[in-house]
Amino acid sequence: MTMTWTKKDLLDMESLSRDEIVMILETASGLKEISERSIKKVPTLRGKTIVLFFMEPSTRTRISFDIAAKRLSADSISIAASSSSIIKGETLIDTARNIEAMRPDIFVMRHSSAGAPHLLAKHLSVGVVNAGDGMHAHPTQALLDMMTVREIKKDISNLKVAIIGDIAHSRVARSNIVGFNRMGASVTIAGPPTMIPAGIEQLGTSVAKSVDEAIEDADVIMMLRIQKERQKNFLMPSEREYAVRYGLNRMRLRRIKPDALIMHPGPINRGVEIAPEAADGPHSIILEQVTNGVALRMAVFYLLAGGIRNADSD
Amino acid sequence: MRILIKGGRVLDPGKIDQIADIWVSNGTISGIHPSGQEGGVAPDVEINASGCIVAPGLIDMHVHLREPGHEYKETIESGIKAAAAGGFTAVCCMPNTSPVNDNSQITRYIIDKAASFRSVRVYPVGAVSVGLEGRQMAEIGDMRAAGIVAVSDDGRPVVDSLLMRRALEYASGVGIPVISHCEDPYLAGGSMNEGPLSTRLGLSGIPNATESIMVMRDIALSELTGCPVHIAHVSTAESVAAIRAAKTRGVRITAETAPHYFTLTDKAVMSYDTHAKMNPPLRSEKDRAAIREALADDTIDVIATDHAPHAETEKAVEFDAAANGITGLETALPLSLCLVEEGVMDFSQLIMKMSLNPAKIIGVKSSLDIGQTADITIIDPNRMYTYASEKGYSKSRNTPFDGWEMKGRAVYTIVNGTIVYNSSGNTL
Repeated sequence: MTMTWTKKDLLDMESLSRDEIVMILETASGLKEISERSIKKVPTLRGKTIVLFFMEPSTRTRISFDIAAKRLSADSISIAASSSSIIKGETLIDTARNIEAMRPDIFVMRHSSAGAPHLLAKHLSVGVVNAGDGMHAHPTQALLDMMTVREIKKDISNLKVAIIGDIAHSRVARSNIVGFNRMGASVTIAGPPTMIPAGIEQLGTSVAKSVDEAIEDADVIMMLRIQKERQKNFLMPSEREYAVRYGLNRMRLRRIKPDALIMHPGPINRGVEIAPEAADGPHSIILEQVTNGVALRMAVFYLLAGGIRNADSD
Repeated sequence: MRILIKGGRVLDPGKIDQIADIWVSNGTISGIHPSGQEGGVAPDVEINASGCIVAPGLIDMHVHLREPGHEYKETIESGIKAAAAGGFTAVCCMPNTSPVNDNSQITRYIIDKAASFRSVRVYPVGAVSVGLEGRQMAEIGDMRAAGIVAVSDDGRPVVDSLLMRRALEYASGVGIPVISHCEDPYLAGGSMNEGPLSTRLGLSGIPNATESIMVMRDIALSELTGCPVHIAHVSTAESVAAIRAAKTRGVRITAETAPHYFTLTDKAVMSYDTHAKMNPPLRSEKDRAAIREALADDTIDVIATDHAPHAETEKAVEFDAAANGITGLETALPLSLCLVEEGVMDFSQLIMKMSLNPAKIIGVKSSLDIGQTADITIIDPNRMYTYASEKGYSKSRNTPFDGWEMKGRAVYTIVNGTIVYNSSGNTL
């Protein structure tokens, strides 16, 4: 690889060039094999410290980052909001500066406020990885989704990608729209109008009139999780109606392309946005997404921690 | 004390616009003569106002002085110093202090404290409702007797339409207007303007209709009651259209906007800059253009700052968690002078919107008539400088305009015949 990684942080998909995306995806593909070994560990990031700062609940993403760090022999430390001094009234910047004073190498953060990782990145000299900020971005999820699609379809530049559901509240949707669009794929979204945010087209997507229209010739169908509390904000009448009108149910499954891939960032609501036949059937690559998540995050750590330089000197 | 203001363009819209000398003695304007004509006795102070505009003192009818209760953000003393430096001879302070200015004791405290500095005049605005809670009408008559010039629950809308109706009626009975913060709380709940940019940034949006729906309600209530209503900080094209149509019908409505709404758009939020977070939020380019047009055609009567000082600790946080508002007293005049420079309005309109109109709305005097109290602002429209918030007089630094190249500023601020600011930097 002739290119070298120069960025300090991974904050969102918009700040990544097409070459940088390819570099991350190829690095991840190369590292994937480590997780298939009987001894799943390489010394590449030995002596590096990675802080996982999760201000919002997460199981899958936090474990994925944690395993990724450990497989590269980095020391990882998890902090949750409930156990941090944030609840004692310390500001985010102060908490982060205190942690930085202990000399970690990478700071992974999930936060419920959009832009919080950007605030940290401005104030910290260590690399910041955004593990999801409010409704804004979830770059490692989009990258692992692209990695998974690329493994199967080889080239993602001419694919049709449909993203279905609550686009308005989804950082996964935003990051995937930007990422797939940057790689040359064409992205279409669909969902109830209450869940389609103003000006979403400007991120690089078209808006389909219906779920059926969006999925009929799609190569990739990505279903988004419907959060139960959305009924409170009048975004939908009921889960039952949502499942019928916007869910990937058995009826719709029959009409998709034979080689279409079904994806979901998880956790899934079986029977609401996705029927069990769709989640568990032959089109589904939902668990491959999770597997690739580890490799992709290993790649991000490797690049941000200057892994290339380390690897060369080893 | 006799002050001679020499050779400036004396501008009191509708009355005088000529190069002249103004004599101030014992706190009042004692003479206006064609330039060069001697006035007899030598003055104690002679100000060379050549190239400057000599205008009735500017009035900012929408500021937050934060005292009592939030003195770490601003005090009456620091706020009026900032006002003097910005060219204002009077300000109206909003009631969302702690405790709230919803009774005559707080009103008197503010007035007495402000008077003790013998500087910029402070006209308190009382609360519409007790504790700004929107449930019970505050003692508006008592506060009026103590010196308030208007009522408002500013910072919060009066959601209950019956309370708003009664407040309009009751306040007009004591001779003061209601200033309305127009916001539908059910539609709000975001942290920036709703549009393509909020979608991109993943921030929840505040749609334009949040404001205009309440502007339209207040127009309906003003029509119902025949009472005047003043709309605070207009930010949207739809509000402008509603106000323009209402004025054409003869509704007793006046409106203000703030310099940031005709200067910036929501693009300023792009890097999650909390210094661009305020309520109402910075809007789209289309709205900014509509605000400028409304200033040009006088649909918007007043430029007021909504000066909202906040401490660093309230701004250097996550965007969602950051406090709303920016300082404005020391930047309002140069930003407004830009509109004159760009041909949006002329100097007369500027003086109308920053002095005569607010004075008329709150029922105070603003003029250069002989015998009138000498509240005068001398403006050098060509003075170039870089605005540095750390050199400002406000206790707070929350401004998106830090480091901007400015053209034009107040060079002398005179209240009651006393110089309270001159641009060499001396206040009080």
